[in-house]
Amino acid sequence: MKEILGKKLGTTRIFMDSGEAVSATVIQAGPCPVVLKKTQDNDGYNAYQVGFGARRKKLVNKPTAGHFAKAGVDPTHYVREITSEGDLEIGSELKVGIFKVGERVDVTGISRGLGFAGGMKRHGFSGANKTHGQSDRWRAPGSIGQSSYPSRVFKGLKMAGRMGKDRTTVLNLEIVKIIEEENLMLVKGSVPGFKGSLVKIRSTNRS
Amino acid sequence: MKRLAQIEKSYLRDDLPQFSSGDTVRVHVKIKEGDKERIQVFQGTVTSRRGGGTNATFTVRKVSSGIGVERVFPLHSPNIAKIERVRAGQVRRKKLYYLRELTGKSARIKEQITDLEKGNNNKKAEGQVKGDTGEESSEEKE
Repeated sequence: MKEILGKKLGTTRIFMDSGEAVSATVIQAGPCPVVLKKTQDNDGYNAYQVGFGARRKKLVNKPTAGHFAKAGVDPTHYVREITSEGDLEIGSELKVGIFKVGERVDVTGISRGLGFAGGMKRHGFSGANKTHGQSDRWRAPGSIGQSSYPSRVFKGLKMAGRMGKDRTTVLNLEIVKIIEEENLMLVKGSVPGFKGSLVKIRSTNRS
Repeated sequence: MKRLAQIEKSYLRDDLPQFSSGDTVRVHVKIKEGDKERIQVFQGTVTSRRGGGTNATFTVRKVSSGIGVERVFPLHSPNIAKIERVRAGQVRRKKLYYLRELTGKSARIKEQITDLEKGNNNKKAEGQVKGDTGEESSEEKE
């Protein structure tokens, strides 16, 4: 399992060597300095705490600054835990080079928040006729239950509500290009979140 | 955004001629059959250009044995071996979808005569001007 943190930069269209045009998402992946090592003995599980993204010195409070200083790295905007196949040294940097073109990855992020959305957008309801004597009902959810029995609406029924802003993982995306000098990775397809949002990239176990 | 533009830039082709809607072009398309590759030419009128960056496409329309055929090409596709601009057309809009309803004489597009070809631009080399005008007039006769 390889993992790295990244920032979604946006989507574009690129051409493969075969001439095929693919839509690709550009992710700035890494560099991620290793801040802390969590071990089975000490913490009950194995993981690495890594940072990502620059953070203004002024915005770092003293305890945080001390935490980073212990590892000998500059304070970062994000701090997350990841797992890694090999041993990582504290203070070393994870870079996009750990992935190769053609590999498959899963990308996790927070999906775009779409606010209060109706049943059609949120759950894919079909809506109703616009014509045939209907009025004001074409995006309505329809019936939400039965009659005197059970005399209530069942819990968890799909209805309108807040949509998006969930932790979402897109599985099995192909890496189509890696630009190591600029820490950029291009994956085929779309990735959750707004432009500029944090994403976590891990090698997939789905292929 | 700047980063994306930079990435796209490496995929953009600079070997293509300038052309716009109304022009007649010959598009040399690479076609793969098994492990063989050959080139097919698609000649017609450019009826639309849209998109920017790597996303740009253009539409070429021709009438093949009485049936109108339109093909949309990604402008920067590596599958396009070459684009030749055969004839410059003079048109009054950028999207020539009205051609779909027209046939025969009414579907013709007037040829654009630039200042250069008229000989009004004295700054250009004279030999080139003469050569150009000669070509254009011979084409007009056709």
